[in-house]
Amino acid sequence: MREAPLLAITDLEVRHGSVPAVRGLSLELRRGEVVGLIGPNGAGKTTTLHAIMGIVRPYRGSIELAGRSIRGLPPERVARAGIAIVPEGRRIYGELTVEENLRLGLVARRARNGAANPFEPVLALFPALRDSLERRAGALSGGQQQQLAIARALVAGPEVLLLDEPSLGLAPRLVDAVFEALAEIRASGISALLVEQRAQRTVAFADRTHVLANGELRMTLGPADAGDTNRLVEAYLAS
Amino acid sequence: MNVLQTSIDALALGAVYALMAVGIGLVFGVLRLVNFAYGQLIMAGAYTLAFTGSWGDPASIAVCVAVVVTLSVAMELLAFRRLRGASPATMLAATFAISFLLQSIALLRYSFANKPIGDSVGTLSGLNRSLRLGSAQIQWITIVAIVVALVVLAALGLFLNRTSIGLQMRAAAADFRTARMLGVGANTVILLAFVISGLLAAITAVIFVVQTPLVTPDFALRDTIIVLVGIVVGGIDRLVTATLGGFFIGVATGVLGDTLPSGSRVYLPSAVFALVILVLLLRPRGLFAIFGRAPAERV
Repeated sequence: MREAPLLAITDLEVRHGSVPAVRGLSLELRRGEVVGLIGPNGAGKTTTLHAIMGIVRPYRGSIELAGRSIRGLPPERVARAGIAIVPEGRRIYGELTVEENLRLGLVARRARNGAANPFEPVLALFPALRDSLERRAGALSGGQQQQLAIARALVAGPEVLLLDEPSLGLAPRLVDAVFEALAEIRASGISALLVEQRAQRTVAFADRTHVLANGELRMTLGPADAGDTNRLVEAYLAS
Repeated sequence: MNVLQTSIDALALGAVYALMAVGIGLVFGVLRLVNFAYGQLIMAGAYTLAFTGSWGDPASIAVCVAVVVTLSVAMELLAFRRLRGASPATMLAATFAISFLLQSIALLRYSFANKPIGDSVGTLSGLNRSLRLGSAQIQWITIVAIVVALVVLAALGLFLNRTSIGLQMRAAAADFRTARMLGVGANTVILLAFVISGLLAAITAVIFVVQTPLVTPDFALRDTIIVLVGIVVGGIDRLVTATLGGFFIGVATGVLGDTLPSGSRVYLPSAVFALVILVLLLRPRGLFAIFGRAPAERV
């Protein structure tokens, strides 16, 4: 028997008022996988993440983490169940220090095992943060703020990492840095659902990438499709 | 006018108003709710002191704290939690309703018994004795009020800055949704805000009762309105600016109350509110908004 997927979304429908924002979406994330979610603005990508986190209540459908339903749980319970998010716009606490931001990441951490400094792995991943622990997070550069948002999610020790456009608004060099960090995170065995606008990069990086349009899944692409510009264009234009 | 006398009295009023501002500001931080019923928490505490006066001060004050904290938590559990997600106007109307409800309950005591309105309280009456300081007559309660406010604010500062739950409360006040996604329990931080808020109301009740040993249904009502104004003037978005606003409007009220000739004292509220309108016209985000600039969006 196949192991149950780590995260399974089945026939998800989310409405904003009476308007469906996500319709009949099903997707799976298996242990160690990175699954991409791309599509034009308003396609329902962020809404899907919000439904998983419990920010919005699904109208229909199921959301399961390791075979257990998390649908309808409040965000804090979802977080403590092992799902961490790097939210759209980073949402770091600019008035708090970098270290305080990281300490907030510990709130959802379940096992407090390991006497070692829980920040050590993320500080090794993002060395720039190590020298800025006492600084106000709002004083960091945009790229460092994004690193902090990712680090804060990682210190929770999540099984599933949700990323909502982590490369948004970053200079190309910093986008490279974000994808390099994601590669290391993947190598450490964390599964991720990656929402992105950078279609080609995401398709090349993820194990599978779903294209969303008008709240519906339009097609699923594999890394091999990354070079096929026609398919990507078609995927977007099909909406 | 005695400058020393006026300064210390005004400082004490500012200190107590700062405590009230923190009590209101903490709840506003996590719930974006201005609790107009805060004054009635103090009133309920004052009545508790009046009714339990014969038990001795320590027991009476302990019961006062228990009653006010319970009432504060009950407001959240029975009213505000059920309105979670309702429009801000609905929430605001609910706090007015609770405020009037509690005042009406207090009034019932006098309408049936057909007796003059007000109960006298003797809590810590020894603190009304004066101390000569040069030409000034300083009451002990004035000094106690300043010291208690300082100690309580320092303790709260340590709690918010040094503990994990304090950090969670600050995060929830800055960005509630993100805090929840990080695992911060919404009901936990909100309930805690009401507990601390109630604790501060109880402390305020004890100080006020010593200063004004006659409890009426509108006890602390005028103070609450002035503090609310001070909070808005200071900047309601952040606890620090709200507290400073409460402190300064207390000092201003104290100074004006002492310096205005007694015939002009009826104009005091008008003078304070004129000042408030002026401040809000010039600095809509609050007088101390410099401490509260929005975090810059960086790329």
